[in-house]
Amino acid sequence: MLRRIFSYMGEYKKYLYLAVICITGESVFELVIPLIMANILDIGVANQDKVYIFQQGGIMLVCALLALVLGIGSARFSARCGQGVGANLREAEYAKFQEFSFANVDHFQLSSLVTRMTSDVTNIQNTISGGMRPACRGPVMLVLATAVAFSINHRLAIVFFIALPVLAVFLYAIISHVRPLYAKMQSAIDLVNRIIQENLTAVRVVKAYVRGEYEIEKFEKVNTNLKTQSEKAFKLASTNMAAMQLVMYGTILAILWFGGRMIQVGNMQVGELTGFLSYVLQILNSLMMISNIFMMMTRSLASGKRILEVIDEEIDIREDKAEDIEVIRGEIVFDHVYFKYKKEAPEYVLSDIHLKIPAGSTVGIVGQTGSAKTTLVQLIPRLYEVTEGAVRIDGKAVDQYPLMHLRDAVAVVLQKNTLFSGTLRENLLWGNPNATQEELDEACRIAGVDEFLGRLEKGYDTEMGQGGVNVSGGQKQRICIARAILKKPKVLILDDSTSAVDTATEARIRSQLAEFLPHMTKIVIAQRISSVRHADFIVVLDDGRIQGTGTHEELLENNHIYQEIYESQKEGVEL
Amino acid sequence: MARYAGYKRPKNTKQALKHLLAYMGIHKWMLLLVAALVIVSTSASVMGTYLLKPVINSLILPGNVKGLAFAVAGMGIMYLCGALATFAYNRLMVKTAQKIVGDIRQDLFAHVQKLPLRYFDEHTHGEMMSRFTNDVDTVQEALNNSFTMAIQSFLTLTGTVIMLFVLNAVMALIVCLFLGIMFVFIKWNGKRSKVYYSRQQTELAGINGFVEEMVAGQKVEKIFNHEKEDMKEFHRRNEALRKASTSALSYSGMMVPAIVSLSYGNYAVCACVGGLLALSGMMDLGSLASYLVYVRQSAMPLNQFTQQINFILSALAGAERIFEMMDEPAEEDEGKVTLVRAEKKEDDSLKESETYTGIFAWKRTDGKRTELIRLEGDVRFENVVFGYVREKTILNGISLYAKPGQKIAFVGSTGAGKTTIINLINRFYEIQSGRILYDGIDIRDIKKDDLRRSLSMVIQDTHLFTGTIAENIRYGRLSAADEEIRKAAEIANADSFIRRLPDGYDTMLYSDGNNLSQGQRQLLAIARAAVAQPPVLILDEATSSIDTRTERLIEKGMDAIMEGRTVFVIAHRLSTVRNSKAIMVLEKGEIIERGSHEELLEKKGRYYQLYMGMYELD
Repeated sequence: MLRRIFSYMGEYKKYLYLAVICITGESVFELVIPLIMANILDIGVANQDKVYIFQQGGIMLVCALLALVLGIGSARFSARCGQGVGANLREAEYAKFQEFSFANVDHFQLSSLVTRMTSDVTNIQNTISGGMRPACRGPVMLVLATAVAFSINHRLAIVFFIALPVLAVFLYAIISHVRPLYAKMQSAIDLVNRIIQENLTAVRVVKAYVRGEYEIEKFEKVNTNLKTQSEKAFKLASTNMAAMQLVMYGTILAILWFGGRMIQVGNMQVGELTGFLSYVLQILNSLMMISNIFMMMTRSLASGKRILEVIDEEIDIREDKAEDIEVIRGEIVFDHVYFKYKKEAPEYVLSDIHLKIPAGSTVGIVGQTGSAKTTLVQLIPRLYEVTEGAVRIDGKAVDQYPLMHLRDAVAVVLQKNTLFSGTLRENLLWGNPNATQEELDEACRIAGVDEFLGRLEKGYDTEMGQGGVNVSGGQKQRICIARAILKKPKVLILDDSTSAVDTATEARIRSQLAEFLPHMTKIVIAQRISSVRHADFIVVLDDGRIQGTGTHEELLENNHIYQEIYESQKEGVEL
Repeated sequence: MARYAGYKRPKNTKQALKHLLAYMGIHKWMLLLVAALVIVSTSASVMGTYLLKPVINSLILPGNVKGLAFAVAGMGIMYLCGALATFAYNRLMVKTAQKIVGDIRQDLFAHVQKLPLRYFDEHTHGEMMSRFTNDVDTVQEALNNSFTMAIQSFLTLTGTVIMLFVLNAVMALIVCLFLGIMFVFIKWNGKRSKVYYSRQQTELAGINGFVEEMVAGQKVEKIFNHEKEDMKEFHRRNEALRKASTSALSYSGMMVPAIVSLSYGNYAVCACVGGLLALSGMMDLGSLASYLVYVRQSAMPLNQFTQQINFILSALAGAERIFEMMDEPAEEDEGKVTLVRAEKKEDDSLKESETYTGIFAWKRTDGKRTELIRLEGDVRFENVVFGYVREKTILNGISLYAKPGQKIAFVGSTGAGKTTIINLINRFYEIQSGRILYDGIDIRDIKKDDLRRSLSMVIQDTHLFTGTIAENIRYGRLSAADEEIRKAAEIANADSFIRRLPDGYDTMLYSDGNNLSQGQRQLLAIARAAVAQPPVLILDEATSSIDTRTERLIEKGMDAIMEGRTVFVIAHRLSTVRNSKAIMVLEKGEIIERGSHEELLEKKGRYYQLYMGMYELD
């Protein structure tokens, strides 16, 4: 997995190398400087040579300066490299997310996707930026110091070969045990956060039903669980330090004993012993660094895994069968279509839908809540893939069109209208980035936006706010219709998108659509009978099956569901 | 991670510290024990270095094997104690830290439950969430590590400096000079990186917001083939973030190597001066050698100490934000009147009952006299003035009455004040003037929880919790049996769709019931209200996403269980309110029309216009 993550280094790879060079250079100085020091004492002071002392002192200062330059370089290059990897990962994730179908998104859940693109990446990049130095220094110091220690006294170095595996075993044991504990802790954190999040969004429900105490109890359970889990994980991780000390102290004592014996026998000099000791401490210190890096990595590997899951997700809507064709007329055929959201689901959401919509006609779809009206129309622009059967436009199955062309030709105005932060003009231009002012004006006239355009503070340049908070529901719906018309689609789908518009305006929009865009196939989903009664024909859906089709009059005659819907809205004048 | 949060300083260090110490105070003895163990552990390691010289000089060189054996054994015991102390204090600290953090989290959550809605309006969820996550995390990190490491590095630093002065005062001054320079540098660097960190924070917030908006609006993005443009924008922001965080981390990463280099300089100067001193006979070679070891050791604890102090300071800043939220005043609740189950005695008067009887009463204790008033659902507004912001009133002197058993409807544009009225009845917000009477009692005299228990609400935005469908319905009344839940679902017309779900009533819902359609979620919310068996029911746009035919079926079921009880209905769709006893048309915080459906149509006023489709509700 590490290799996978590092493969996103890309153009920042050179900074990785530069950082490694800088850190290595810096580590070498750390070993060289004590040697110069020894020279000052052993040669300079011993020979009473002032000039030599100052000379060596000067060299040391130069070394310090060089180390500084290298240090700053290493900080800069590691930051570049770490943040570069982060940026690349984030971009790769986002690019992948752009390809996601809704089934893919459902698989991850929205909030988790956002975390995976934000805090998980931050985690990784900071580990890399901060971990570079110890990760490079550790091994360099280890190798160099071992070499020096050997050159001083290779028999004494054996002590070190016992200490090393002991420490390695300790570290391995701790790290391999702590990893699953961190994973458990992470899921405990997720649980706690979920309950907090839910309580923040549903605060009105909690208060209305006086469930404060209940929620506090619920929270106490997950909170205690988190406490226990993190205590376990951190406790084990903190053992690292004690284990380290134990081995270090043991080594010092062993060297003192064996080294001392050697000196007493005459096989070793005192200076060698002190030198040896300081190098051994150096070595163990670098091991400590390496172990810390492992600890850090163990935690960020969890993030890495979550990121790679996004990048490796298999896209389920692909363009394998696409040919170079475009929608010309806009005739839609549902050929015995079956659909369910998940393969494992026991029942179909849509069953045996068989329907032909001629080009240029207007079709209404009615049915009660949960009868899968929205699902039905979302199959046309391939927002979801049919499970069985086929949806055809102009005689070709939808998966034979390139997605880009297909979605350009089929405009959907969703039930849940989304406007983005930006001006009204910017939002409209989503439909067609190259639209002229005349085209904008015309689309706004057809969709009835012109009625309130003049009342907006800055006209087309009025800021919409995130989610379009600055306009009312009915206005938002009309803007969304205008945005869809600007695409000049062959098929226009209005999914309950005039529900907040008054009936008079709705009628106007309807007649203008018919007048100005006569060749466009229009599919209208509605709650209100008045929205669909003028359609060429109406489809009544019930529990994912077609319950009847026909004109308003025909259905009133022979379809009991349609009759009931009509009854529930009649009384007095039409609504 | 605390380390990368930048160094945010608390505004009032003392106050935050005092508050945090109060939490730590509960574990006073534990923390003192930890501190003692840290001292043992640090002393063992400092002493070990210090003892090396005498061992070599007086035992190894004279060839005293027995003495060496004793010394090694003695040091072994000391070291063992040190390592054990390290082991123990780390574990104890982790345990204590987790206890403290767990307590803080629990108290914070409990306090959030008591905060008035106004607070939720004024603060974003992200902001409040970050108290629980980022701020609690920094406190946790500081407690886990910084507390002990600060003690440890401080001890090592003072120990080393004292040793330096004892051994040679002249050279100690040089070391102190360098330590001073390092200290200034650390401060300067901290200040610089703070600037870059805040820039990074801004960019990070920007890109997070962008991702959130795009993820939420993905359907629209796909429908309009807008992926490429968004990718461009994302790339731009991503680059900006990369640059900002690169400079932030470059600066903070510079710190350690710079300190190391400075300590080399220190080392070099000391070596030269020491060499000269040795030449002039003011110092012997052995002392100089060991002195230089101490010089070398002095830099790292200083660096560590300042770093830990920075962590502690940013933890205190986090703690301060946490305690600020805890200090927010809780919802006012001075009411004394409580809600009790009641039953009728033979003489028609009421007495308290242990079991559910369908009859409820308000219990008012006035000195020694206890009075039971039957809960009937008589609600009166008298000249109520209210605004979410004091200067901007939403309701201007509203007066209205709902007689027991009546179905009252509110109609009007968004912002006319419909939901506001409902929010006042259950005291989500406090009115500015006037009063609201509930069965003749001022609602301010009723205990808040009991007031809300008497009203069952289905609000505009349905919220579901992670859990099974049955659990979500049971939220209305925790004691409801499975059979009652099924019955409530039937009334809400939700039974049929629930039964078609993979696991029926045991189907798990995730992230606010994302896998259900808006209409289905509303059905569940209605079932939840139905199972509560409330004396008064409030439906705020509860059926807006449900088709009119299903709505009719629900209405029939609800009417049956709400027989003789008061119901408030708010709706956009006129077919929803048509059967109400009284319909009130609200405009700009005032009731402009009132009457039954037929009466209002006859009036040919605003309601008539709405009904005929001549007027659009925003």
